[in-house]
Amino acid sequence: MMTNASNRFLSRSELIGFAVLAAIIFIVLPVMLDTFRLNLFGKYLTYAFVAIGLVLCWGAGGILSLGQGVFFGLGGYCMAMFLKLEASTPENTAIQSTPGIPDFMDWNQLTALPVWWEPFKVLPLALLAVVLVPVVFAFIIGVAMFTRRVGGVYFAIITQAFAAILTILIIGQQGYTGGVNGITDLRTLLGWDIRTDEAKEVLYYVNGVLLFVVLFAAQFVRKSKLGRLLIAMRDQEDRVRFSGYNVANFKIFVFCLGAAFAGIGGAMFTLQVGFMSPTLVGIVPSIEMVIFCAVGGRLSILGAVYGALLVNWAKTTFSESFPELWLLGLGGLFIAVVMAFPNGLAGIWAEQIAPRLAKLTKSGGASVPLPDAAKSPAE
Amino acid sequence: MFSDYSMSELGAIFAMQGFAGLILFSVFVLMALGLAIIFGQMGVINMAHGEFMILGAYVTYLMSNFFADYMPALFSMYFFVAMILAFIASGALGLFVEWAMIRHLYKRPLDTLLATWGLSLILQQIYRSVFGAREVGVSIPDWMMGSLPVTDLIEVPINGIFVMVLAVSISLAVYILMFKSVWGRQVRAINQNRVMAGAVGINTEWTDRLTFGIGCGVAGVAGAAFTMIGSTGPTAGQLYIVDTFLVVVFGGAASLLGTIASAFSISQAQSIMEFFLSGSMAKVLTLLTVVGILMIRPQGLFALKLRK
Repeated sequence: MMTNASNRFLSRSELIGFAVLAAIIFIVLPVMLDTFRLNLFGKYLTYAFVAIGLVLCWGAGGILSLGQGVFFGLGGYCMAMFLKLEASTPENTAIQSTPGIPDFMDWNQLTALPVWWEPFKVLPLALLAVVLVPVVFAFIIGVAMFTRRVGGVYFAIITQAFAAILTILIIGQQGYTGGVNGITDLRTLLGWDIRTDEAKEVLYYVNGVLLFVVLFAAQFVRKSKLGRLLIAMRDQEDRVRFSGYNVANFKIFVFCLGAAFAGIGGAMFTLQVGFMSPTLVGIVPSIEMVIFCAVGGRLSILGAVYGALLVNWAKTTFSESFPELWLLGLGGLFIAVVMAFPNGLAGIWAEQIAPRLAKLTKSGGASVPLPDAAKSPAE
Repeated sequence: MFSDYSMSELGAIFAMQGFAGLILFSVFVLMALGLAIIFGQMGVINMAHGEFMILGAYVTYLMSNFFADYMPALFSMYFFVAMILAFIASGALGLFVEWAMIRHLYKRPLDTLLATWGLSLILQQIYRSVFGAREVGVSIPDWMMGSLPVTDLIEVPINGIFVMVLAVSISLAVYILMFKSVWGRQVRAINQNRVMAGAVGINTEWTDRLTFGIGCGVAGVAGAAFTMIGSTGPTAGQLYIVDTFLVVVFGGAASLLGTIASAFSISQAQSIMEFFLSGSMAKVLTLLTVVGILMIRPQGLFALKLRK
């Protein structure tokens, strides 16, 4: 039964998992929460896009990127640039010395729109850029690193350096990027006001649907031959190479896929939260995105969504009431997840709860088939 | 852009900028040495390295207050006591962390990275609760204040010279430890072949722990030296961690000489470019160059030739 189930696109237990998640996102949360809280959960879900990408890169492929914030940020900035240009009509910006350009450019004595901002006047181009810019960037990094067989901790450090570089660049080039404040005061999308309660609810659902598109794409990759090759590469890279596969190309592909997911998440973040700033790009947010994935379970795409929701919800709750405890809690979470629960929530579910449930119902339902990562996660 | 300056002024600018680069170089070397021991020899990524450094800085801060209050007569010498205590404090914490955490994760380097990041968050919050969120500065003894006039255009600050001297002497000490002491031989033996090293009777577990402790202790000394030229805050360590890792990786992880050479080139490049460009662009260009070179030559500048 096990083998049959794993050949299908969704095994029975996975189908139940997807259905439960869909029910939570599309029914339970909207019924339970007011628009403000719903918008907040929509924001958390945008991080889930990154976490799903990390499940593929890190959990399956063994490539730990500490620079996912770069891709999240690039996607978000592409969206924000379009919205900002739409908000900076000559009528809205009549008080500026140069009307018609974004306000921060005017403050920094720019008198014309930079050339590379021009494509972002058109929505289809901007949407294309949301995916393409992160992917191209990931492709360049991937080709440079993976074809030279740089991996493991070196790759992690270098991606982290990219997160640092992009943050410094954005903050330093205030006139072009809005500097440390980021791109703020975004108003409409093709004339549709994104700040109203109604728009926020619509965007939440759009976000949810996109999340499921990404989830299905990730599931497709995991079930395909590529997904099995990724796991083989993580565990025995040389054997895969000696079997005649080009290891680097698979790694580049999955890294680019993760970047595309992150870019979509970033764009949805901008739409729902209404701004984009370098605080979402740097080293600290990038490594926090890894913890969303680790808490949920680095091998489970559904776990990644729950991880992102749970950690962010805890962050909001605790940092509102006990700001000092939160950092201690987050630090403890990092250590606890790594040392005690390397498979995160999904691992606890698969190893502890699901077997007991199965025993209770006596249906003998298959537990989620998790590859055993406790033995060899990553290296 | 040079037409406004006379030749001698230009020379002075380059000399002063170069000297600023040398101070940055000393700081990089001090920070990177501890990391080169831990990452280079053991392959452990310690993201909390900056926090071990800050621990040393806070120990120095406490000692400077203690001497000022209770032993003002000996105040001029407090720094040397503080340095030793900083080594002991950071080293002891390092030993403990290795015992409690790192030794369980040797086979999972990426997980070590995440766990030590968690440790760094916890340490930051502890510093913030104990010492406050604001940056603290130590009072520098009189003999370290002021600057030495070399020519009438060039002046070099004495605390900068002191930090440089310190960097040189600690590098020498680490060199002697690594290449002349029994411990150093054992560490290098384990680095080359762990199983064989164990077979000839080296206690690999204890050597690992000691190595981690000494690396952290050196970080603590770096932190103590750091107080002489800057103030200390709970998050100061995090600012430098990426730079430091790049220095070590760029130099070739297992090579002490490589670490020093890469610290020199990165710091000089950055401080000279800072004069022509804005500080942030200088940093971006430096980091991009380093990452670019690493993409072409992933093993770093000085790669050890090992038979694997």
